[in-house]
Formats: sequence, C-alpha cells, structure tokens
Amino acid sequence: MEEKELKNVKLLAAKVRRDVLSMLQHRGYGHVGGSLSLVEAYAVLYGKQLRYDASNPHWDERDRVVLSKGHAGPVMYSTLAECGFFPKEWLNTLNDGGTRLPSHTDRLKTPGVDATTGSLGQGTSEAVGIAQALAVKGSKNYTYLFVGDGELNEGQCWEAFQYLAAKKLSRCIVLIDDNKKQLDGTTDEVMYNFDLAKKMESFGFKTQVVNGQDVEAIDAAIDVAKQNAETANCIVLDTIKGAGVPYFEQAVSNHSMKWNNDEINKATDEAIAKLDEEIERGEA
Amino acid sequence: MFKLAEDWGTAGRPYRDAIVDTLIDMMKDNKSIVMLEADLGGASGTLKIQRELPEQFFECGISEANMMGMAAGMSSEGLIPFTHTFGPFASRRCFDQVYLSGAYAHNTINIWGSDPGFTVGANGGTHTTWEDVALMRTIPGSVVVDGADPVQTEWVVREFAKTEGVHYLRTGRKSSYKIYEEGSTFELGKGNVVRQGSDVLIVTAGQLLRDALEAAESLEKQGISTEVIDMFCIKPLDAKLLLSESAGKKAVVTFENHGVIGGLGDACASCLMEAGVSVPFKRHGVTESFGQVGTADWLQAEFKLTAADLEETVKALLA
Repeated sequence: MEEKELKNVKLLAAKVRRDVLSMLQHRGYGHVGGSLSLVEAYAVLYGKQLRYDASNPHWDERDRVVLSKGHAGPVMYSTLAECGFFPKEWLNTLNDGGTRLPSHTDRLKTPGVDATTGSLGQGTSEAVGIAQALAVKGSKNYTYLFVGDGELNEGQCWEAFQYLAAKKLSRCIVLIDDNKKQLDGTTDEVMYNFDLAKKMESFGFKTQVVNGQDVEAIDAAIDVAKQNAETANCIVLDTIKGAGVPYFEQAVSNHSMKWNNDEINKATDEAIAKLDEEIERGEA
Repeated sequence: MFKLAEDWGTAGRPYRDAIVDTLIDMMKDNKSIVMLEADLGGASGTLKIQRELPEQFFECGISEANMMGMAAGMSSEGLIPFTHTFGPFASRRCFDQVYLSGAYAHNTINIWGSDPGFTVGANGGTHTTWEDVALMRTIPGSVVVDGADPVQTEWVVREFAKTEGVHYLRTGRKSSYKIYEEGSTFELGKGNVVRQGSDVLIVTAGQLLRDALEAAESLEKQGISTEVIDMFCIKPLDAKLLLSESAGKKAVVTFENHGVIGGLGDACASCLMEAGVSVPFKRHGVTESFGQVGTADWLQAEFKLTAADLEETVKALLA
C-alpha cells in the first residue's frame, strides 16, 4: 500500500472505530466486540480495495459485500456513513423503531447493504448466490463475504463453502473474523473449532491467515486472493474481539454490552477522545 | 378460461415432464430463469435442463439450505430462480432460509416441492410431508399452490416466473390424472368451480381433485347434489368464491392430501368463521399422523384419502 493510501485507510479505521463506539454508547447497548474486530478489514475494503459508488448503491459494476455475521451491523453502518452512503446522523438511530439501521444488516433498509443477514449462516449462501449470479452474467466484480468464527458452528456455512470451493468461485472472497469469542464464551469453549485455516484448505480454499488488525496485511492478502483464480479464496483474519480499546478487549463477555455504568462510559469517552485526536492528526 | 377434459380422471403425462419441459421452454427465451437442484435431478427430471441449458442449471448437491440461500442471492442479482427438492426438504428442512433469505429480504424463490403427502410412495415416512402447506402459508406474501394436473401445473410454473416473491408449488413427480383440457388458463388467487351442485360443497386441491369429482358423481347418484371447487391456489385463498358457493349449502367439506392443521381446511374454516357463516363443516385430511411406506395407492387408502372415504365424510356430516 502506498503511503498516502495507508494514511487514508488508517484514518478511515479511526473514524469507523470512533463511530462504532459513539453509536453504541448513544444507544446504550449493542454488539461491540465483533464490530470492533472488523474495523480494519472494513477500512481496507472501503478505503482501498472495494469498487463502489456511494451515490449509486445499486451500481451494477460495484463489488458486493455480505456481512453474514449481521449483528456486526455497527461496523458496516459506520463505514458506509463515513464513505458517504447516507448521513452520519443516521448512526444514532440504530435500533430505533422504523430506523434504516436495524440491529442486523438488511438490504431493504440501508443503502450499501447487499444482503439481509442475522440468522447466522444464511449470509454465506446468499453471498454464494450473488457470486454465482455475477459469474453467470460475466461480471468481474468481487463478492466479499464476512463470516464470524462463532458463526462457523452453523452447518450452512460449510454447505456454502463446499459450493464455493467445488465450483471454484474465486471472486467470492471469504473473510473469517477469527476473534475467538462468541456469546457463551471463547470459541474453543463453546465448540472447539480446530485449525480454521486447515479446515478451509481441506475444503479447497487457498487460505491466508493475517493479523486482522493490520491494514497492510489485510490489503496484501486481498491482493493475493484477487490474483488466485484457480480456487476459492479465504482470508482468516486473526482478530481481537473488542479490538482497539483495552477496556473492550479485556472485557470477558464483550459480544454485546450495556453502557449502564460509569466505567464503560468513561472507557468509551476516553477512547473516543483518543480517536478524535488521531483523526485530527490524520486530517492535518 | 378452464374446461374439464372429456376424459378427465384418466392417466395424464407425468407432472415432472410438464414442469421440466415448461421450464426449458421458458428458459430458452429468458436467460434470467435459472434452475437449482439438490441432487434430485434424476428424480425430478431437471437433469434434462442441465443437458439442454447447462449454463442455467446449478447443481447444489444435497444441501437444501444452501440452495435456498443461493436462490435468494441470485434473485437479488436479478435472476429468476426455480428450485426443486422433495416436499419435506423444500419446506421443513430449510424453512428459515426460505423465510428470511427469501421472503423477508424480498427475494424471489420459486419452489417445487415434489411428491407431497401420499404421493411419496416407496420413499416412505421420512420423505412424507403433511405440513408443507401449513408452513408455507405462514410466510408473509407467499403463494401456495397444489397442482391438480399437468395442464394446470404448467400454467402455474409460467405464472410464477412473472412475479416476485416466494412461490411454493407442490405436485407429484410421476403419475398424474387428466383434469383440464389443454390450453386451459387459470388465475392465482381464484378457485375453479369444476362441478355445480346445490346440497354440498367440496373444496379440494391437487391430485385429489379427481377423487373429489368421482365422489361427487357417486353422491349425485345417491341424491346428494355436490359442488366441487378446485382451490388449487391455497394462498391467496379465493374467499369470495368460497363464501358465495357456501351460501345455501347443507354442508361444506374440505379435502386435502395434507394434515388438517394449517392446510386448505384450516384456511377455509378461518374464512367461513370470520365471515360469520354457520354451516356444518368438516376438514377431511390427515390427523396427527406421520407418514409411512407403501405404494401411493396404498397410502391414499391407509390415510383415508380416497373418493369413498370422502363420500363417507359427506354423508356423516349430512346425517
């Protein structure tokens, strides 16, 4: 990544992380851990890799993004708002009655959302269908599929992966958010998932494992995946649930949290202040 | 307009030939129509589509949930997906995918669930569905059809491709009976009065239409004038027709190759009750039973879904 691109992607990541914290604090509860773990991946996509037109969300020539772990909506909404898909004022409407930003991503409600997800596992097949349809139409566009590591408990994911690998749909790039925690505990405690990379490789994916909080590593992995047209592509993002804010990283149960005490509000305020400084420096 | 065939009740062409040939005909003209199959192409006949139009056929393997999700994704990209698997796998097994990835997300999935009810034959209890209509009816905006014969089924398949949404068609695969003349046309949401009568109204759908007509003929000979409605489109239900034809009848009987909970009978009962109609009424269908194995004819008799069984019900209700 060139220096200017790197700076822009990092700046976008800071803004998205701030917005995620801000919108959840405003709402008073929400899926913080798995939103923060994907901040860097979203910043790389929308800051550099993705083909899109914010003024025309249904542009036929766009790349598609499916957030199968639909509860991480806040990271997608923050990114879309920062990239101009809709006004940032919408962010504080998360989960309001009649909002366009529901708890789980919905293609009918939010500009820039390509698939309706939330019932875990289902976004994987929707993404496969999208990628297959694009292939049928001769499109060269990519479909980026975000899947949670906990979500991989769902059998449907493996049905979808089986299809992707068997049909060699290389333009559907699977990004696994390996943040190692799910609602009831760590992924190892709930349903030991063995070696994710080996599992994906055994399914027939070219699989890369990268530090999911390192924008340059993510970017390089996407470049490599784009060069591989021979097999299906998977990038395992080695991430931290609650990434970027020590308080959230260290919280034992950080899948969904409530902003109902001074400690969490103080930690959030401090993190936002720090990110604001970073953003100011980045924009200078 | 529809017209009963003169030789109604005699053997018709297999449902699967009618469906597959119709799809191929449509798919040749419209490249957006695609077929997804879950490793039952040999059973459904859709492998003919794979042979003739390979670029529009997608073999999903034995993974119905993925197939329905893929269909939803393809729909969101402008394709018109048709899917096939056996009825229980097309409904029970992947209900959440059809409900959310399909209907909730406003994606189109045209679903052919084959071999409903007793038509399952030798595949037996694990492959029997007495509840697919009930499940599919609960999906907001869904269309649910039980095809009476190949002529009607062909028309339904063509109609499904014209509109968006979750559309469910249940029919047998192999044997069928002729009911309608070739070229008959129908309307989704409209039932067909296929036989007039003044004493009793029988409302049915699907392959049982032949048995209902036979029962009506027999009842007529016994002095009971019997009307028969082919309510092939179970949802949306033709409430107007049901209410107008129920008026003045001594009894109304629904007759379905399905469980009595949530099917055609329940749909009609709700409609009549909410309209304040008071008439002796019976849902003739399957009650609190799982499927089992046997020939289709044996199963039809075992589950008391023959013309003779229907006659008994009508007479008991009038007694």
